[in-house]
Amino acid sequence: MSEKRKIKDGTLWQIIAHVVMFTGAVLALLPFILLVIASFTDNQTALVNGYSFMPEIWSLEAYKYIASEWGTIGRAYLMTIVVTVAGTLLSLVITSTFAFAVSYDKLPGYKILMFMSIFTMLFNGGIVASYYVYSNIFSIKNTIWALIVPTFLMSPFNVVLVKNYFTNSISPSILEAAKIDGAGVFSIFVRIVMPLSMPIMATIGLMTAISYWNDWTNGLYFLNENGGTQYYTIQLVLNKINENINFLANNSELAAKATQQLPSTTMRMAVAVIGILPIVCAYPFFQKYFVKGITMGGVKE
Amino acid sequence: MSGVKTVPARRAGKIKKKFRWKEYLPYYLLALPGVIYMICNNYLPMFGIVIAFKNLNFRKGIFGSDWSGFDNFKFLFASKDALTITRNTLLYNIAFIILTTVFAIAIAVLINEIRSRFASRLYQSLILLPYLMSWVIVSYLAYALLSAETGLINNGILKNLGLNPVSWYNTPKYWPFILTFVNLWKGVGYAMIIYYSSIVGISQDYYEAAALDGATKWQQIKIITLPLLKPTVITMCILQVGRIFYSDFGLFYQIPMNSGTLYSVTRTIDVYVYNALMKSSDFGMSSAASVYQSIVGFVMIIAVNAIIRKVSKENALF
Repeated sequence: MSEKRKIKDGTLWQIIAHVVMFTGAVLALLPFILLVIASFTDNQTALVNGYSFMPEIWSLEAYKYIASEWGTIGRAYLMTIVVTVAGTLLSLVITSTFAFAVSYDKLPGYKILMFMSIFTMLFNGGIVASYYVYSNIFSIKNTIWALIVPTFLMSPFNVVLVKNYFTNSISPSILEAAKIDGAGVFSIFVRIVMPLSMPIMATIGLMTAISYWNDWTNGLYFLNENGGTQYYTIQLVLNKINENINFLANNSELAAKATQQLPSTTMRMAVAVIGILPIVCAYPFFQKYFVKGITMGGVKE
Repeated sequence: MSGVKTVPARRAGKIKKKFRWKEYLPYYLLALPGVIYMICNNYLPMFGIVIAFKNLNFRKGIFGSDWSGFDNFKFLFASKDALTITRNTLLYNIAFIILTTVFAIAIAVLINEIRSRFASRLYQSLILLPYLMSWVIVSYLAYALLSAETGLINNGILKNLGLNPVSWYNTPKYWPFILTFVNLWKGVGYAMIIYYSSIVGISQDYYEAAALDGATKWQQIKIITLPLLKPTVITMCILQVGRIFYSDFGLFYQIPMNSGTLYSVTRTIDVYVYNALMKSSDFGMSSAASVYQSIVGFVMIIAVNAIIRKVSKENALF
């Protein structure tokens, strides 16, 4: 092939790639843009013309309404943060201690422990059995533990990742030297292993935090209207608004509010915007670790 | 035990006799929280499978309730629901596996061609963005498009084309396409990242050699990139086929907004179990369906793995 044709081939591919990727990126982004614009639309305009990218009348009334209902939404935010932070920290502790024990291959039974963890990936008792165990044996319903404990605390996947990190990236001679110096297992774990494992802890910590932040299933099963609403996270409030657009008004502390005109059409979009705002703002900063978490999960099996 | 094997036989006996509690105990203590959690979260529910064979009475508890044998399963499979939910779960998963794989590889290959690092990273971030969202959020995005009265599609597109508005949340025939599209929209970024990282790992030497021999870009992709992606594709597909009996509850519950008229095309096993358990408190049917899912799902994973072991051992999961 001549030099000229080769260059042409290259440019053609550049153009195709850019056109296709640009279209893909726009498709990925457009629904979010529509959501934001819809939330700034005048409620009456939205009712008549529907949601659109160029509304006739813009308005802040949806946000004003949310501000007046900040009691419910602010509380949901607080719950989301509490659950995410507590869940992630607990999960890191349980996962790393377990992974450290099974990474010590002189420990009798470490293979049994590892199998115990792997087996949970292959077989489970099903949703109904889990629901029965958590609600009838552990009485977890309508407590904050319902959002933290089920499903997310320790994933066998993360155990494998952390265990592999311990065996591959922490040299046994460091641990041996510390042992000879008289350090106990606990202090070796806290003072040597943990500081050396920050990269993997950051990665799986981020993935766990995202799972907690986005979770609505635990609340769907274990929180109900008889005492569970106080623990609603932002995702659960959004889920409730889907079921009943008047959820915010009904849940309001001021009974008079319930009768006030509800800009329901645009308000639901505004609540969703409030819900995704933090994660979208933080995305550029954690994206690198997020991508790393995905590739680690995909490659290792 | 592999550590012991290397010790000369004469001393091995001695070591075995002396189980060094002092050394091992701290490790067992470190493993303890994880073990307790697995017992509570995973192993106790496994015994809970007996619920499906009982006539559950809350006052008597699981073990006090009367046995009902296979009655729950008989009821489930006698109803039309069993067939519908199995068909929906399997067909949607097959469509998702094929489409996501094809689109993700295409996107990954194209992103790899882009020379500008800034543009390549920007495209990646934007296409991955939907994966970061919860299904609840996605249901709001879908509602903004599909709502019969205020959605963009009815008001912004169909009206301008002079077509009649469609009551999307009440018309089952569109939903196989809607759900497939939404799933692709949300999940393609994740798969793309995995394939892209695999493509980046391919040595540049191959491409340089091929370019010297006069291979075009398309030939390079066909002869180098795609064949070298095969192991990743196989691993990803095995994982998904192994979970073919499980559906993404969020997709099938949130996106159709649990609309009853759409059940014939949107109800998968997971959605059926949820509705039977939480909406109609039917422990018999829901536990039968959920045990059916666990057991067939387990058989699927074992079978898929056994086949892979036969065909190419290095790709097997265990």
